[in-house]
Amino acid sequence: MNIKRFRKELFSRSKLRAIIAIFVFLALWELGSRSNEWFGFTPPWIGHVPAPTAVLVAWYALLGDPGYWQSWYLSTLRVLAGFFAAMLIGIPLGLFMAVNKTFNGIVFPAFEILRPIPPLAWVPASIIFWPTQELSIAFVTFLGAFYTIVINVVGGAKSIDVRFFQSAQSMGSSQWDVFRRVVLPATLPSIVVGSAVGMGITWEVVVAAEMISGGGGESGSGGGLGFFIWNSYVGGSYEQIVVGMISIGIAGFICSELLRKLGSFFTPWLRKR
Amino acid sequence: MNDITQNQSTATPSSVNLKKVGEIKVTNVSKTYGAALFAKEVLKNCSFTIERNKLTVMIGPSGCGKSTLIRLLAGFEKPSSGTIEIDGKRITGPGRDRLVVFQESALFPWMTSHDNIMYGPKARGENTQKNRDQAEYLLEKVGLSAFREKYPPQLSGGMQRRAELARAMINNPDVMILDEPFRGLDCMSKELMWEYYSGLYEESRRTNFFVTTDIDEAIFLADRLLIMSNIPGQVRAAIEVDLPRPRRLAFVFDDDRAIAVKMEALAILHQEAMKSFSGGSKAAADFVEAYSKRSGGNGTAGSKEPA
Repeated sequence: MNIKRFRKELFSRSKLRAIIAIFVFLALWELGSRSNEWFGFTPPWIGHVPAPTAVLVAWYALLGDPGYWQSWYLSTLRVLAGFFAAMLIGIPLGLFMAVNKTFNGIVFPAFEILRPIPPLAWVPASIIFWPTQELSIAFVTFLGAFYTIVINVVGGAKSIDVRFFQSAQSMGSSQWDVFRRVVLPATLPSIVVGSAVGMGITWEVVVAAEMISGGGGESGSGGGLGFFIWNSYVGGSYEQIVVGMISIGIAGFICSELLRKLGSFFTPWLRKR
Repeated sequence: MNDITQNQSTATPSSVNLKKVGEIKVTNVSKTYGAALFAKEVLKNCSFTIERNKLTVMIGPSGCGKSTLIRLLAGFEKPSSGTIEIDGKRITGPGRDRLVVFQESALFPWMTSHDNIMYGPKARGENTQKNRDQAEYLLEKVGLSAFREKYPPQLSGGMQRRAELARAMINNPDVMILDEPFRGLDCMSKELMWEYYSGLYEESRRTNFFVTTDIDEAIFLADRLLIMSNIPGQVRAAIEVDLPRPRRLAFVFDDDRAIAVKMEALAILHQEAMKSFSGGSKAAADFVEAYSKRSGGNGTAGSKEPA
C-alpha cells in the first residue's frame, strides 16, 4: 500500500509537472509575442507569432462559426476515407504478398518503385486523373497510409516463427485454417502498428493536399483544415493560422488515441496483465 | 501441489483405451547438410527402434544430431539416405500420427490456454462435447484450470510447458515426440514438470519419444534409454530402465537400480566425450573434467585436477 501511495504521488507529480511546463511555455510565448507592445522590442521569430491569448480569443469567436466546424468535418472525412481505403486494400495485399511468392515477385518491384514517390508529388497528377477534387484529395491521403500499412503487414507476416506453422501443421490444420488462425492473428500487431503510423501520415498529407488544391470546389467541396490555414494566411488573420494548426494537432491526437484503443482491443494478449 | 497427489491416485494405466500403435523403426538413416566440401554429416547409419507404448528417452552430448533426428521423425525434413517407418508405413512428411512438442514454447500467444489446447480439435472440425470435456480434464490434470483464460505471455515458463503438453495430448497422437521440452526451466519447476509429465504418460501409456541432455531427467522418465554417440550421430547403447511406476521424485533417486543405470549411462557418455575431446572439441572438455572429478580422477583429459 505504501508503494501504491508512492505511485499515486509520483503520478500526480508528473501530471503537475506537465501542467506547469505547458503554462511556462504559454507564458514565454505570450511574453515573446507581446514583447513589442510591452517593451518596444521585437524578438526574432516568436515576436511575429500571435500571442496565445489572442489565439484563444480568435478560437472562441470561431467556435460558433459553422465554417470552422465544416473544415474539421471535411478533413476528418478525407482522412478516414483515405485511411480505410488504405486498410481495405493494403492489408489483404500485404498478406497475399507475404504468403504467395509468385504474387510477391510480380507486385513487389512495381511497389518498390512507386513507394519512394512522396504522396504530395501525386497531387497534380491525381487532380488530372480523378473526376472530382474530393476524390483526388482522398486518393493522396490513401497513398500516405497505404505504403506504410503494406510494408508493415508484409514484414509482420513474414517474420512469423516457423514453429507456429510446424505445430499447426502437425495438429492437422488445413492451409486456410493456418491462415485464419495463425497468420492473421500473428500479423495483427504489425497491422496495428502500420495503421497507427499510417494514420499520422494521413493527417500530414491531407492538410498539404488541401492547401494545394484550394477551396475552389463547387457546392461546399474544397475547404478543410489545410485550406482553413491557407485561407487565414492569405487573409492575413494570423491568429486563425495558429488555431488551425492546433486543431490539426488535436484531430491527429484523437485519431491516434482511438486507433491505439482499438488496436489494444484486438490484441488482448499484448496487454499488460 | 495438491493435484500431484491426486494424480497419483488416478495414474493407473487405463489399458482399456490403450492404443497399441506408434512403433517407429529408424533404419540406416544418414543426414548430411550442405554439399561437397562444406558437407556436414550430422547422422550416419543411425538405426534404432522406438518401441510402442513405451517412453523412450534419447540422451546425448549437445550437437549430436538429436534435433535433426526429431525433424526427420516429425517429417519436416527428409533423410539423405535410409528409411523411417511408423507401424510399417514410411514417413514422408508431417502427419497427425506424430506430434512434436518443441524446445521453446510454441503456444500461440494470441490464444488463451484453453483455446490453445482446443486448437487441434477445432482445426480438424472436431469441436465436440467430448473434446471440450477432454480439454477441461487436461487443464485440470496439468494444474491450469485457474489459468484457462490467460494468454501464454501471462503464464510462467513451467505453466507454458504444461499447457503445451496438454495441447499435444488432446490430439491423441500415436506418438508424442518431445524435443528437450523442459530445457531452461529452473531446477524446482523442472522436477515438478517431470512428475506432471510422467503422470500423464502413466495414464495414457502412449508411445513417447523424449530427447534431453539431462541425465536425471532421462532416468526419471525413461522406460528405455537410448544413448547417442558424438556427431555424426548413432545410437551407442540402449538401456532398459526397469524402475517401478508410478515414479515419484521422493524415491527414484535413492533407488540403487536408478543409481546403477545412471553410472552406466555416464560411463558411455564419458567415452563419447573423450572421443570428441581428443578430436579437438572444447564443448566436451567440461564434461570430461566433471566426470573425472566424480569418479576420483580417472579421466585423463581433466588437466586441472585438484591438488
